[in-house]
Amino acid sequence: MSLVFSQLINGLQSGSIYALIAIGYSMVYGIILLLNFAHGDIIMVGAYVAWLVVVNLSLPPALAIALAIIACTLLGVVIEKVAYSPLRKAPRLSLLITAIGISFLLENLAQLKFGAGAKNVPALITGPALDIGGQHIGFTAVLTIIVSVVAMIGLTFLIRKTKMGKAMRAVSEDMGTAQLMGINVNSTISFTFAVGSALAGIGSVLYSCAYPQAAPTMGSMLGLKAFVAAVLGGIGSIPGAMIGGFAIGIAEAIVSAIGLSVWKDGVVFAILIIVLIFKPTGIMGKKINEKV
Amino acid sequence: MIKKSTIIPMPLRYLINIVLFAAFLFVMNTLITGGTISKYYSGVISSIGISIILAVSLNMATGYLGQLPLGHAGFMAVGAYTSALIMKAAAGSLITFPLALLAGGLVAALFGILIGIPALKLKGDYLAILTLGFGQIIMVVLLNIDDVLGFKLTRGAAGLQKIPKTTTFLITFICVGITCFVIHTIMKSRHGRAILSIRENEIAAESCGINTTYYKTLGFVVSAFFAGVAGGLYAGNIGILNPSAFGFMKSIEILVMVVLGGMGSMFGSVLSGGVLTALPELLRDFDKYRMVVYSLVLVVVMIFKPTGLMGTYDFSLNGLLDKLILRLKGGKGDGGGKAVLVEKEGKANE
Repeated sequence: MSLVFSQLINGLQSGSIYALIAIGYSMVYGIILLLNFAHGDIIMVGAYVAWLVVVNLSLPPALAIALAIIACTLLGVVIEKVAYSPLRKAPRLSLLITAIGISFLLENLAQLKFGAGAKNVPALITGPALDIGGQHIGFTAVLTIIVSVVAMIGLTFLIRKTKMGKAMRAVSEDMGTAQLMGINVNSTISFTFAVGSALAGIGSVLYSCAYPQAAPTMGSMLGLKAFVAAVLGGIGSIPGAMIGGFAIGIAEAIVSAIGLSVWKDGVVFAILIIVLIFKPTGIMGKKINEKV
Repeated sequence: MIKKSTIIPMPLRYLINIVLFAAFLFVMNTLITGGTISKYYSGVISSIGISIILAVSLNMATGYLGQLPLGHAGFMAVGAYTSALIMKAAAGSLITFPLALLAGGLVAALFGILIGIPALKLKGDYLAILTLGFGQIIMVVLLNIDDVLGFKLTRGAAGLQKIPKTTTFLITFICVGITCFVIHTIMKSRHGRAILSIRENEIAAESCGINTTYYKTLGFVVSAFFAGVAGGLYAGNIGILNPSAFGFMKSIEILVMVVLGGMGSMFGSVLSGGVLTALPELLRDFDKYRMVVYSLVLVVVMIFKPTGLMGTYDFSLNGLLDKLILRLKGGKGDGGGKAVLVEKEGKANE
């Protein structure tokens, strides 16, 4: 019983991280229909920033958390401005290849700078373990789950109730018409990238609490799994990304628990393939009719 | 109107290409068997040929069909393991290797059908991510299948070793020739035009009565087949197979070749496949920066020339000869054959 419970908590913890990253994917996909391959690598940069600040500069962890989130946000906006905005009118394929290129650029630059080996990130957040009904739950696990739920509620509010959220929804509906209505499309897209990347930054901090390592290729698999979560939940839907993230996290935990952890990645992609074949719009996604 | 002004008659055009290609094979082969080109460099030349097959076959799916499969290395892996197992089981006979290559290609094509039918229902990014997923699954399966089934087939992470090193320059480049010829011929036929029309506008193509599912699967399967053949050649060239060699990184490497050369240009794929394989071999110190430069180049090319360096331009020797003959005759024709076709099509697109 306790094993099942602890695996469930593990699954929810990694699921929350996937969900945070998946929201970023989902938002970017919703607004410019780009599968932002570089999103996972932004997390990698965040982890390296935290490592640099704590280990190399020996500054307090609180500062490391703030700097990691700020660095991720800036990086996301810069990538959008430099690489994606010149291609706004280009074919989707070119945009996608550019995103892959950026992802590889970040990975290989990190490898060149820090080496291929993993760096140990010291614990950024520590706290007492919680006791619920005789079961121990790590502090970071609870924190991760709470942060991701709060982030989801906050974002839903941002998108539904604020002026910027309205602009975001308008741009994702029809970029040209939104522009005619006086919405600054470029700044709206930049804002979307900033929010998505900030979430990735938070994700990277929480990830390094769960798996205290920074490695050049850590982002690609993390990013892909988060994308799977976004697709599973229905791309463009924030609660969907949340549900998808939890589902993937728990599925992974189950596969590991029954002793098949080497098949973990295979199972995640198998879930993706089954979802894509039978319900390409995901659990919460809306059906989009194609216009000629 | 496109006026086709071919001066050299049709059978002769093929003959010229075949004779020149045969001469190239003969000269290189004598140099290698004679020992002028060392064993190390002949291995490099073979790996150039393998890269060319991979790039040209991916170009079929990306450049001509307009899809973005990110699991090309997965097909290569399937072909490589199939060929390697056959070669190990029946080594020695002269006919084993070609048969093993064919089997590798066929099994890869089978996987192409299996993956293609569900994948091609989806569009763009979804297709990319689905093929990526399949590529990853193939890798995970190759790594772990032995533990599950309990016998020694792929030998997991330790790698499949002691594969007879039967890949020679001649076999590789005959395969390169066949790949280019088959894909070129398909693309010049009505099937090829159907495939191109899907790239240009799938909905319009469908409304013109083109069976888009059929042609997408066809393009995909041809692409997978040749990737499988390339995998078999790779197995025979290296002599050891490890699943990690066929990861996402490899798929991207092949994609870079296609994108850089120009999506939809076979000449571009051949050129960049050759150059990008030869460069790291020649500049050993460069290896550290290779992937950084690759990714930078990919981004820069996409931003400034989204169609790749060659665009859709294809080199045609006979087109060039036509031009030359016209020039000698003093005619003021603006070129001949395919060159005219390509130029006019280019203008029509703009």
